[in-house]
Amino acid sequence: MTLAPAFFYLFAFVTVAAGFMVIAAKNPVHAVLFLILAFFNAAGLFVLLGAEFLAMILVVVYVGAVAVLFLFVVMMLDVDFAELRAGFMKNAPLGAFIGLILLAELVLVVGFQMVRPGALAAPSAPIPAPGSGITNAEAIGRVLYTKYVYYFQGAGLILLVAMIGAIVLTLRHKEGVKRQSIAAQVARGKKTAIDVVQVAPGAAIVPPARASQ
Amino acid sequence: MNLLLMEYLPLVVFMGVALVIGLALMVAPFLVAVRNPDPEKVSAYECGFNAFDDARMKFDVRFYLVSILFIIFDLEVAFLFPWAVTFKEVGAFGFWSMMVFLGVLTIGFIYEWRKGALEWD
Amino acid sequence: MVEVWSWSEIWQGFLWPLLVMAFWSVLLLVVLLVVIAFLLLMDRKVWAAVQMRRGPNVVGPFGLLQSFADLLKFVLKEPLIPAGSDKGVFLLAPVVASVLALAAWAVIPVNEDGWGRWVISNLNVGILYLFAISSLGVYGVIMGGWASNSKYAFLGSLRSAAQMVSYEVSIGFVIITVLLCVGSLNMTDIVNAQKTGIGTRYGLPASALDWYWLALLPMFIVFFISALAETNRPPFDLPEAESELVAGFMVEYSSTPYLLFMLGEYVAITTMCALTTIMFLGGWLPPLSVAPLTWVPGIFWFVGKVVLVFFMFAMVKAFVPRYRYDQLMRLGWKVFLPLSLIMVVAVAGVLHVFDLAP
Repeated sequence: MTLAPAFFYLFAFVTVAAGFMVIAAKNPVHAVLFLILAFFNAAGLFVLLGAEFLAMILVVVYVGAVAVLFLFVVMMLDVDFAELRAGFMKNAPLGAFIGLILLAELVLVVGFQMVRPGALAAPSAPIPAPGSGITNAEAIGRVLYTKYVYYFQGAGLILLVAMIGAIVLTLRHKEGVKRQSIAAQVARGKKTAIDVVQVAPGAAIVPPARASQ
Repeated sequence: MNLLLMEYLPLVVFMGVALVIGLALMVAPFLVAVRNPDPEKVSAYECGFNAFDDARMKFDVRFYLVSILFIIFDLEVAFLFPWAVTFKEVGAFGFWSMMVFLGVLTIGFIYEWRKGALEWD
Repeated sequence: MVEVWSWSEIWQGFLWPLLVMAFWSVLLLVVLLVVIAFLLLMDRKVWAAVQMRRGPNVVGPFGLLQSFADLLKFVLKEPLIPAGSDKGVFLLAPVVASVLALAAWAVIPVNEDGWGRWVISNLNVGILYLFAISSLGVYGVIMGGWASNSKYAFLGSLRSAAQMVSYEVSIGFVIITVLLCVGSLNMTDIVNAQKTGIGTRYGLPASALDWYWLALLPMFIVFFISALAETNRPPFDLPEAESELVAGFMVEYSSTPYLLFMLGEYVAITTMCALTTIMFLGGWLPPLSVAPLTWVPGIFWFVGKVVLVFFMFAMVKAFVPRYRYDQLMRLGWKVFLPLSLIMVVAVAGVLHVFDLAP
């Protein structure tokens, strides 16, 4: 069936085109939307490779969470386009340098596979053959929590650091905010809520000043 | 073509049909309905005033924090999926390995709570 | 190498299967949309009944054709595009919202019988796909709110985005607890795993006691409430709080773009009802495996349970007042998240200690 290659070229072309539009789009929100399109097509490529679990996780994590954060950030920024363009030439050498490093890495990976094919194709854990009834998720689960336990725990620590870092960097408390304490509200009973006083006829009672909460 | 991909083809067809329905509904009023825009109609709604300024203003950094915390917990859930599926196969070691992972993240969660990052003010 | 295919080969191997798939897709979508049209009417009728009104009763007998009349009305209304808006994104947002909501139904199985599984696409990772699609629901809202270039719309979309991501987390944990009991990501497997459970363990025939609503009762409640928040239903309809944000992110929309948002919302609600049915109410399984009940085709049980859950959604809308935003965030992050996290550990612990894992 020739459908798989057709879909591969479709997804690959849209991924590359969307990737180009990410850097070419003038409006940063449009750039993020193109990035999301690129993520979707990358997920499609994963499915074509048979890695359906990774494809879904890519959509859940990158499209469902990371891109939302990106959208928040670009929507939050006051983007000054003139200033952005002025910075372009200044940062161009750095960008070109990083681009060159990435290109060199890609050449190395592809070249390595050409020189010694099969050297990379020997994974340390056997990949279940298609049709063996073992799904992606099971195949990952069988090795991730036992064989690769240190990497797994490392990932947990990285998440912890990320959590603490995000709080340290962004948490600012406003002054003078009154917060609702539901427990205190529910615990309030007859004794704390009502003052019964006897008022003599013709007299008045000035309520005593309450201690502020 | 392997069996796995055969399951995805109907999905693509289904999404295609859904897209056709969505686009058809979208296009329909542009074809059949009266279109008679005037400046008052197409201005942004702001309780009868003309819009004071651009609506895309800066907003609270708190939304950003919620979104980061969401990413972290979402990743945690992503790690739990294969574990839930292979719960029996990975045995006691896998169970305790996940408990340690969750424990580490619970420390982070307690930190968040004590720091007041979960308060909305 | 160019293979030369005869016309009959192309027809046999390619066009015919494609036509069959398209037929089933169209069938499911049409049935789904018609069911939703009546669910929408039911929503309004239930709400009216609680308030001792009669609800829509003019179009057709008992107002049965109200939703179809509304559809016609929307199509004939003038579509307005605000001058300051980002036109492309403004028109893309409702399409994204509705198509993504509809796409979820490709993996929802409605029955399994001698003919096989009644599902468009029997994915191995079905529930993960649903989780992914439901986390994308936030895009229609953000894009619509941002593109409108209106303050109400923008504020509404921000609120909505933060709200939806907050409850997404607890939905994820709830799904994990169910998966621990099932051991598969496939939706049909989740229903089939509920054929045995607490009831059969004590020698009773397969019944409603086996379904996970009983075994995972706290998670059932957390899931139901999170589903309300995830689909922006009252009492969590802050994104469109009429009294403060007019209509939230939809304020600038008219005609079918508005209709598509509403459609997406109701499809998402129905999806959540179906997901509740599949994960906690035994899908198409009859409530008691005895003779007259097992003769009823499973699809009727499935639809009946979905309607029942939808009725609960409608009742909540009718009699629970709207939450305040800080209360909403507190409930999501400080109650549901720790509760569901503890339940994941507890369920895993019980399965591990008593060796009950599938």
